[in-house]
Amino acid sequence: MTSLPQSTETKLGLVIDLDTCVGCHACVVSCKEWNTSNYGTALSDVDAYGAEPQGTFLNRVNSFEAMPESGCSQTVHFPKSCLHCEDAPCVTVCPTGASYKREEDGIVLVNEADCMGCGLCAWSCPYGARELDQIFGVMKKCTLCVDRIYNENIPEEDRVPSCVRTCPAGARHFGDLGDPDSDVSRLVAARGGMDLMPEMGTKPVNKYLPPRLKDAPSDATLEATHKTPEGLFAWLDKALEKL
Amino acid sequence: MAMSKNKVPARPSPKVSDEIRQTTCYMCACRCGINVHMQDGKVKYIEGNKNHPVNKGVLCAKGSAGIMQHYAPSRLKAPMKRVGPRGSGEFEEISWDEAYDIAAGWLGPIRETAPEKLAFFTGRDQSQSFTSLWAQAFGTPNYAAHGGFCSVNMAAAGIYTMGGAFWEFGQPDWDRTKLFMIFGVAEDHDSNPIKIGLGKLKERGARVIGVNPIRSGYNAIADDWVGITPGTDGLFIMALIHELIKAGQIDLNYLTRYTNAGFLVNCADTGPDAGLFLRDENGTAQVLDQATGKPAPYDGKSVKPKLTGHFRKAGDTYRPAFELLAEAYMSDSYAPEAVEERCGIPARRIRAIAADLARVAFEEEIVIDQPWTDWKGEKHDQMIGRPVSFHAMRGISAHSNGFQTCRALHILQILLGSVEVPGGFRFKPPYPKPPEAHPKPHAGHAPNQPLDGPHLGYPLGPEHLLLDDAGNPKRIDKAFSWENPFSAHGLMHMVISNAHAGVPYKIDTLFMYMANMAWNSSMNTSSVIEMLTDKDENGDYVIPHIIYSDAYSSETVAYSDLILPDTTYLERHDCISLLDRPICEAEAVADAIRWPVVEPDRNVKGFQSALCDLGAKLGLPGFVNEDGSQKYADYADYITSHERRPGVGPLAGFRGDGSESGRGAPNPQQIDKYIENGGFWSEHLPDDAQFYKPWNQSYQDWAVRIGLFDKAAPYVFNLYLEPLRKIQLAAEGYGDRQPPEHLRAQLKKAMTPLPHWYAPFEQEIVSEEDYPLHALTQRPMHMYHSWGSQNAWLRQITGVNKLFVPGGVWEEHGFEDGDWAYVTSPHGRIKAPVARMDGVNGKTLWTWNAIGKKRGAWALSDDAQEATEGFLLNHLINELLPPKGDGLRWANSDPVTGQAAWFDLRVRIEKAPKGGPSEPTLKAQKSPVGQGPKDVTYGDDF
Repeated sequence: MTSLPQSTETKLGLVIDLDTCVGCHACVVSCKEWNTSNYGTALSDVDAYGAEPQGTFLNRVNSFEAMPESGCSQTVHFPKSCLHCEDAPCVTVCPTGASYKREEDGIVLVNEADCMGCGLCAWSCPYGARELDQIFGVMKKCTLCVDRIYNENIPEEDRVPSCVRTCPAGARHFGDLGDPDSDVSRLVAARGGMDLMPEMGTKPVNKYLPPRLKDAPSDATLEATHKTPEGLFAWLDKALEKL
Repeated sequence: MAMSKNKVPARPSPKVSDEIRQTTCYMCACRCGINVHMQDGKVKYIEGNKNHPVNKGVLCAKGSAGIMQHYAPSRLKAPMKRVGPRGSGEFEEISWDEAYDIAAGWLGPIRETAPEKLAFFTGRDQSQSFTSLWAQAFGTPNYAAHGGFCSVNMAAAGIYTMGGAFWEFGQPDWDRTKLFMIFGVAEDHDSNPIKIGLGKLKERGARVIGVNPIRSGYNAIADDWVGITPGTDGLFIMALIHELIKAGQIDLNYLTRYTNAGFLVNCADTGPDAGLFLRDENGTAQVLDQATGKPAPYDGKSVKPKLTGHFRKAGDTYRPAFELLAEAYMSDSYAPEAVEERCGIPARRIRAIAADLARVAFEEEIVIDQPWTDWKGEKHDQMIGRPVSFHAMRGISAHSNGFQTCRALHILQILLGSVEVPGGFRFKPPYPKPPEAHPKPHAGHAPNQPLDGPHLGYPLGPEHLLLDDAGNPKRIDKAFSWENPFSAHGLMHMVISNAHAGVPYKIDTLFMYMANMAWNSSMNTSSVIEMLTDKDENGDYVIPHIIYSDAYSSETVAYSDLILPDTTYLERHDCISLLDRPICEAEAVADAIRWPVVEPDRNVKGFQSALCDLGAKLGLPGFVNEDGSQKYADYADYITSHERRPGVGPLAGFRGDGSESGRGAPNPQQIDKYIENGGFWSEHLPDDAQFYKPWNQSYQDWAVRIGLFDKAAPYVFNLYLEPLRKIQLAAEGYGDRQPPEHLRAQLKKAMTPLPHWYAPFEQEIVSEEDYPLHALTQRPMHMYHSWGSQNAWLRQITGVNKLFVPGGVWEEHGFEDGDWAYVTSPHGRIKAPVARMDGVNGKTLWTWNAIGKKRGAWALSDDAQEATEGFLLNHLINELLPPKGDGLRWANSDPVTGQAAWFDLRVRIEKAPKGGPSEPTLKAQKSPVGQGPKDVTYGDDF
């Protein structure tokens, strides 16, 4: 078993806006291309050109449709990656200490050198946010692009996770959720940001901004002041004179 | 307690790459700027270029998957000649010299005798200003790209109505608009800019209304979703216009100043001038001047037109076009109650949307304190805007009533005064550009001669149609004929069918680039395959020769005789030119390049460079020097040294000594300058030129300076479109050029100078009882046409397309998860896996486009899910309508532009036995490039 830090002052994480996410998968693929060449082993693709291709992704988007009791169908695009929980069961379950949560910023990482691919952590994660790479046999997960966010070889403005930098709709935000004055914390406060499955007691750092209420069209109508073309033309003559 | 000792440093700072090379993406048609990170000579990581005008740093799923496209196992390796029967996929690799010899052996004799026997169609070409120049030099009239089966209705309606449509033509004022309506969009078109824009609207809390039978993507996040019945968008828009006019909620000042609302129209019932404008001896249209009440030229300096009244001359009555417009749309037939059932939208909702548009446009106007001067010399202290904006694309355009629907949308924008104003819709240079400023189509051909002018353009009346002395179409696709007079982009989707039928004539060689016409880019895929493989009584192919250029092992490769292998987008030169499909922003003019950030490791060549070689070998004028030697060593040489007009070339930036913009002598170092600048060039418009571009003196002067045109050319918007009326007059029997009898009724009905709604043609012919449902396709945001499936990453996102069935239909048929269905149209039947969806119009089935693949194509395994479960709806759609019983076969196209009416499809559905494969099941083709590796571990080397 592996221990968690008591608490971390800095809580780096993502804020994902479900009102804005159009489900384009830009974050999914940007994450894949950055991480397959950076932290740890590559993210492999098994049967890549065959009947059932299965690759390792650290971030996936699912779309869910729901019919409310009244009104029309609602669809939510739901990106999901590791939520860097404060009480991360994937860490405490790890028999080798490969899974750990960093004291300095709260990022949950896997030290691949120590990972034996037992899969306990994936089993313990209520969000299904970890994937065991089929070829390399090690557990892969979101690193919050730990090799980008402090990287002095990258322009300062780009020191954010790859998924955040690429998101076309600006639906992904990165920052310190441990600092109540940070931009992300303010956004969460303003928009009623939520924990995913709080009942699991994992205290996720990542937050989701809920979709705004949709499909509440107004009952406004325009007054048909001109019933006939002749009436309209008479009004128009006067209106034009006033211009 | 175990604790790891091999952790990464607290603040890791690894090297990212050896070098960043900045070029332009080609994973779809958006043309975003990209930073390609190179390591050890390989592509390591691709990200958006933050300085680039199109994407401003962001990048979509396709763009980020560019690595897998660049290294795809489906890449062609060398020129090939076919050695087995067409369709078999059996090829032999040959040298480029042999490939050119074969091509010249077919094309040389054609040029010497009958250049029209070459049909050269270039698909999703981003170099049309170059490929059209080549076709012009060859002398064939048969050239176009893919617009005819894409969105020509949108483009042509926009040009004819206001000098530009959406996407490359213009964009919403994303930073100021308060209410945005988006109609029927293919989510891979203009995708990053729209997503960036939607993000801005969401951040500001601006409202988004999505009008689309299907609630996916953008429509899912829209504040209001209007699940309209396919083909009725025009009716819905006209009902909005009905409401606005009846309430007097229109921008009168705007209409008098910037539109032809005041132009006097001859209101005679019949006669050669009925419906035409009153013109003076100079041909200038006349308006009733408010000051005098008398006719005056519309462009007179102090002339302010009346929108009402009448004028009599020589026994005819003339009335302002606005009166006709108001009468047309105030008609009860466009009342919300009259259209609600057909549109599938309650009248109450239509009224509310009209009221919301009016409220935002007129009660929430935007004022910018920026003085400007208009085309009549009047000075204005401010720029006043109506912050409602619109965007539309294929969904409203790919119908047989699409042109008039697109026109209606522009008329709605104009009545609200929301075009080229703050908060509204803004043109992107070189647009606005009215129809008069575009070329006219040309088809004058003769042996050994170049064509007499550019192929494509905007006809203004029957005199510009491309007809021979007998009245027959001059082009193989019958563009610019009475069947579709304003077919501004040609009709690529009719070429194979017409060439096979030998109507209007037989051709010798079909030469295509980058369009998967043997598969997802054709209607009627199974029949097209039969046409491509059909033989005559001598055992020769009915279409004698097919040359095809593609970078990848597509379905169409297998049906071709000679393959010219193209490079990937990271291995090539290209220019994203102002002479072509531009990438400007409303506030800035821009163009860009591609350059080989990686050299090809195979025997392939950029198609445009191959055309430089082939053009020289054929001795085409403009492609050889005076001594007969090759003029352009390759495409890069053409890009830097070609001048279209003196001082104006393919790239506008860094001309002359490198400091000149727009106009200037060719600069041999131009491409290097672009590379230094991040792969693009951009220049901002002056502040007082930002809005009102068609009527803004500062904009007009700037456009002349930069070389967009040679003299200021202000114009007004065409609410009433006189060129359409001229075609109608011909159909009524007036004029020298007369349509064939059988087309007169259709022309009278479709070519109305004010848009009217008519039911889509297929719907008129088939019975609702037999085919009660509509069927549509959409493209996912993460795939571009057929390209996504060869991409190891993208095909994991969508490898199978289900047929989505609305809840009501699902329950009526008792479908369950995992079921399969037969879908039958008047033309054919397919078998497909189904899934329930409730966020869809209740009468509409739909699926993702181009996911289904033929076995053996794209270097996929024979049991790839795209081939076993994926399917195409195309098999159900014919390029001809079902027989009407009049002995004729009518095109399944818009009668104005010839746009393929993909979305008019009517079908029925029934349960099928569970399980695949999807049907029709076609014979596999042999892969000329083998199959991809079992597993991929890209990135393991770095």
